Amino acid sequence: MIKLKINGQEQSWDGDPDLPLIWLLRDEIGLTGTKFGCGQALCGSCTVIVDKEAVRSCITSVKDVAGREVTTIEGLHPTGDHAVQKAWRQANVPQCGFCQAGQIMQAAALLMDNPKPSHDQIREAMSGNICRCGCYQRIENAVHLASTGV
Amino acid sequence: MNFIQNPGKLRGFEKSISIEKITRRNILKGLSAAGGFVLAAPVMSRQAFAYQTGAGAMPHGIVLDPRVFVAIAPDGIVTIVAHRSEMGTGVRTSLPLVVAEEMDADWSKVRVQQAHGDEVRYGNQDTDGSRSTRHYLVPMRQIGAAARTMLEQAAARRWGVPAAEVKAVNHEIVHGASGRKLGFGELASDAARESVPGMEGLKLKEAKDFRYLGKGQVGIVDLHDITTGAARYGADVRLPGMKYAVIARPPVTGGKLVSFDPDAALKVPGVEKVMQARGWPWPSKFQPLGGVAVIARNTGAAIKGRDALKLVWDDGANGKYDSVAYRKELEEVARKPGLVVRKEGDADSALKNADKVVVGEYYLPHLAHVSMEPPVAVADVKGDKCEIWAPVQSPGGTREDVAKTLGIPEGNVTVNVTLLGGGFGRKSKCDFALEAALLSKEIGAPVKVQWTREDDVRHDFLHTVSVERIEAGLDKSGKVIAWRHRSVAPSIASTFAAGAVHQAPFELGMGLIDMPFEIANISCENPEAAAHARIGWFRSVSNVPRAFAVQSMVAEIAQATGRDPKDMLLELIGSPRIVNLSSVKDPWNYGEPYDSYPIDTARLRKVVELVAEKGEWGRAVPKGHGLGIAVHRSFVSYVATIVEVAVDDKGKLTVPRVDTAIDCGTYVNPERIQSQIEGAAIMGLSLAKYGEISFKDGKVQQKNFDDFPVVRIDESPQVTNVYIVPPGPDTPPSGVGEPGVPPFAPALINAIFAATGKRIRSLPIGKQLEA
Repeated sequence: MIKLKINGQEQSWDGDPDLPLIWLLRDEIGLTGTKFGCGQALCGSCTVIVDKEAVRSCITSVKDVAGREVTTIEGLHPTGDHAVQKAWRQANVPQCGFCQAGQIMQAAALLMDNPKPSHDQIREAMSGNICRCGCYQRIENAVHLASTGV
Repeated sequence: MNFIQNPGKLRGFEKSISIEKITRRNILKGLSAAGGFVLAAPVMSRQAFAYQTGAGAMPHGIVLDPRVFVAIAPDGIVTIVAHRSEMGTGVRTSLPLVVAEEMDADWSKVRVQQAHGDEVRYGNQDTDGSRSTRHYLVPMRQIGAAARTMLEQAAARRWGVPAAEVKAVNHEIVHGASGRKLGFGELASDAARESVPGMEGLKLKEAKDFRYLGKGQVGIVDLHDITTGAARYGADVRLPGMKYAVIARPPVTGGKLVSFDPDAALKVPGVEKVMQARGWPWPSKFQPLGGVAVIARNTGAAIKGRDALKLVWDDGANGKYDSVAYRKELEEVARKPGLVVRKEGDADSALKNADKVVVGEYYLPHLAHVSMEPPVAVADVKGDKCEIWAPVQSPGGTREDVAKTLGIPEGNVTVNVTLLGGGFGRKSKCDFALEAALLSKEIGAPVKVQWTREDDVRHDFLHTVSVERIEAGLDKSGKVIAWRHRSVAPSIASTFAAGAVHQAPFELGMGLIDMPFEIANISCENPEAAAHARIGWFRSVSNVPRAFAVQSMVAEIAQATGRDPKDMLLELIGSPRIVNLSSVKDPWNYGEPYDSYPIDTARLRKVVELVAEKGEWGRAVPKGHGLGIAVHRSFVSYVATIVEVAVDDKGKLTVPRVDTAIDCGTYVNPERIQSQIEGAAIMGLSLAKYGEISFKDGKVQQKNFDDFPVVRIDESPQVTNVYIVPPGPDTPPSGVGEPGVPPFAPALINAIFAATGKRIRSLPIGKQLEA
C-alpha cells in the first residue's frame, strides 16, 4: 500500500506500484485536469508539482512519490486565483487549452524557485512544455505578468 | 426560442449531454405552467444579403430558428447553443456572441451550451475549412435579431403599445415613451409564444451600435475552466463502470492481424481483457484499422498490457512504401507533362521561346497533426443505442458513421461533443469514436479508447507528400511571360476510394489553379500519384506546399532578375482585378460563390502593401539576418507575412520578428484572429524546421515529439505582430483558422536566402543550414 498526499488529501494505492502517477490521478482518482500528451516527458502536458518541484507525471511512478505531496492544477489555488492563473486569464493565453494546465504548473514551479525570471529564463524554464496551438508569445507574457504584476 | 425552467441544469459540460431532452422537457413544463404551448410560425426563410455563401450547400445546410439556438430562463439567463466544435479558434464563444449582440443581451448573463451532433436540428456542424464565421455570421445575426424581435413583440403586447415603440437595451425591453422596462427573463415565457418573424423586414443592428462584434473585448467562455483544470476534453469523460482501452493497430496501412498471444498482457496488473478489434480494408474512409485491444481498469495498465502483446502482422500491399524512393518517383513524374487543370495561352511554346527560364522543384513531406490531445473517445453502447463522448470536428458525420458501423438507426446515436485539445483536421475523421463504439458493444460496458502519442504519429491521416515543380519563362526585360506548375501528390480522395490518383477539385483549388498572377501563358498540371498511406486534411491542406512553391518561386525570379522580392511579388500579382478562372473546369473556390468571394488582386496587393509598411520591409537588419516576404489567398482570405530570420555561423536559425497582415473580411473577434495568426506562425515554423513523417518498409519511422519535433517556446519568434485589414461595410467574412499558415514557410525560406544566400527547396530545413 502506497500512501501519498494529493492536493492536501491523503490517498493510497494498492495496485501496480510502477503505475505512472498520471493514471492514478486521472483514471483512479478522477483529477482529469492533468493531461496526457506524450507519455515520455516530452511535452509537459502532465506536469504536476511534487513538493516544490515540477515533474512529469507520465514518467513518474506512484512508488516514486510515496509519502510526498503532489499538487495538481485542481489544487494549485482553492478558487483558481493563483497569480499565474490570473495572469493567464488576463493575457488571454489559451487557444484549445489542453496543454495549459501543464504550462501553468510549470510556470508556478518556476516562480516558486525564481520569483523574477528574465525573458530568457522564462523561455528556458518553459521549453519542456509544448503548445501545438502556438500560444508561446502569450505564455511568456503571462509568466512575466505573474512575476511582476505588470 | 425556448423557455427553460432551470438554467442551472444546463450549465457545464456534464449537463450538456442531453441538451435536446432537457430543453424539450423544460419547455413543456414551463409552458404548461404558463397556460399552454402555441406552436410558433414556420422556420424563417433566408433573406437576400449583400453577399452569398456556400453554407446552404454543406450537408444539412443552415437551420435558421431561434427556438433551436436560444433559450431564456425566468431569471434572465440566456442560453445560446454553440453547434460548432471548439478546438482553439474561439468559435464556441464567437458565434454565440453574435447572437447575443443582435439580441442586445448582456454577455455576463449568457451561457453557452454545446450542441450534440444533430445536423437536422442545428444545420451543418463540420468544423473545418475555416468556415464557421463565414457561413454563420449572418445566420447567427438573424437568429439573434429574431429572438430580440420576439421579446419586443411580447413586451409590446403586454403593454398594449405598437412593437415599433419598444426596443431591446442591455437585456431589457424598454418602452421609451413611458419609461417602462421588462427584463428578458420576465418576458421569456410570453416571447416563446410569439411567432418567429420572417427574415423579410427583420431589423439587424447597425454596425455603429455593436457592443461586442469586432471589438475583441470578450474572453473565451472556457477561459476560467481551462486555467483551473475544470475544462472537459474528450479524454476527461468518466462514466460509472467505464473500462480503459488501447489498441495495437497494423503498422502498415492496409495491413492485417495474423495472430496474437495475449498471455503476457493478461498478467499485467489491471489488465482485464485482450481481444481482437475489428478493422476494415484500406481504403475505407474513416473506418478503424483494427488490431488487438487491451481492456484495463486504467489507461496505464492498458498501455503496459499492450507493450506485452506478441503480435504477428501481414503488412499487405503497402509494405514496401519507402519515402526516399517515393520522392524520386514524384520528382520523375513532375518532370513530365500531366493532366492539364488550367490552361491560358500557350505556356509550352512561351517557355521554349523565353529568354530565361527559372525552374524550382519543391518538396514537402508527409506531416502529422499531433494535436496536444491525442485521439480519444468514450462510447457506451446499450442494446441498439449508442452514446459517444468525443472531441470531434464532425459531430454530424460521427453520428452517421457510428450508426452505420453499428448497424443502428442514426436517431439511436447521441454524439456529445467535448472540447477538442486541438484538431487541425485530424479530428474531422471519427475513426477513434468508431473504435470505442465497437469495443463498448463487444464488452457490454462503457469504454474509453485512448490513443498514445505513438499511435497518433504512426496511424494519423497524414498531410500528403508533394513535389511542386514550377517553370517560369521570362522575356528579355525580365517580365514573366510563362508559368508552368506541376503539382504531384497523393490525394485525400485515396482515403475514400481505391485507385484515386488525381487530386480532387478541392485540392487543385488550394493554390494551384487559383494562382493569382497576371501572366499571359499559364499551364497547371496534375500528374498521377498513388497513395500508400492514409491521407487526410491537415490545417491549410494543399495550400501549405503550394504557397511554399509559388512564393519561393517569386523570390527566385526576383533573384534571377535582380529585383526586390516585394516589388517582384506586386508586379506578378499585377493590376487590381478579379482573376478570371473561366478556363478551369471546377474552380471550387472553397465552396463559395465566385461572385461573392472572387480572387480580388486589389485585396491581395493590399495585404502585401500593409505588411510591407507595418513590418518595415527593407529595413536594415544585422549581419546574418534576413527578411523574407510571402502572400497567399486561402479559405477566401488574404494573408501576407514578413519573417525576419537570424542564422548564426553554425547554421542555427532563430526568428526575431514576424509581421502578418490578414484580410478576412468582416470579423467577429479580432483578439482571436490575432491568436490564430500568432499560432499559425508557430505551426508554420514547426513544419518548416522539423516537419517530416517518413516511411520505410511501409512503416512510419517517427513516434513521438523526440523524432517528430514541433517548435517550443525557446525557439519561437521573439515577437509576432498581426495587422487586420478593416472590412468594408459589405465585405463577406472569410477564413481565419487556416489561412495564416501557408505564407509562413515561404517567407521564412525567402528570409533565409536573404540572410545566407542558401535557397532551400526541400522541407523540412533540418540540417540543411549546418555547414
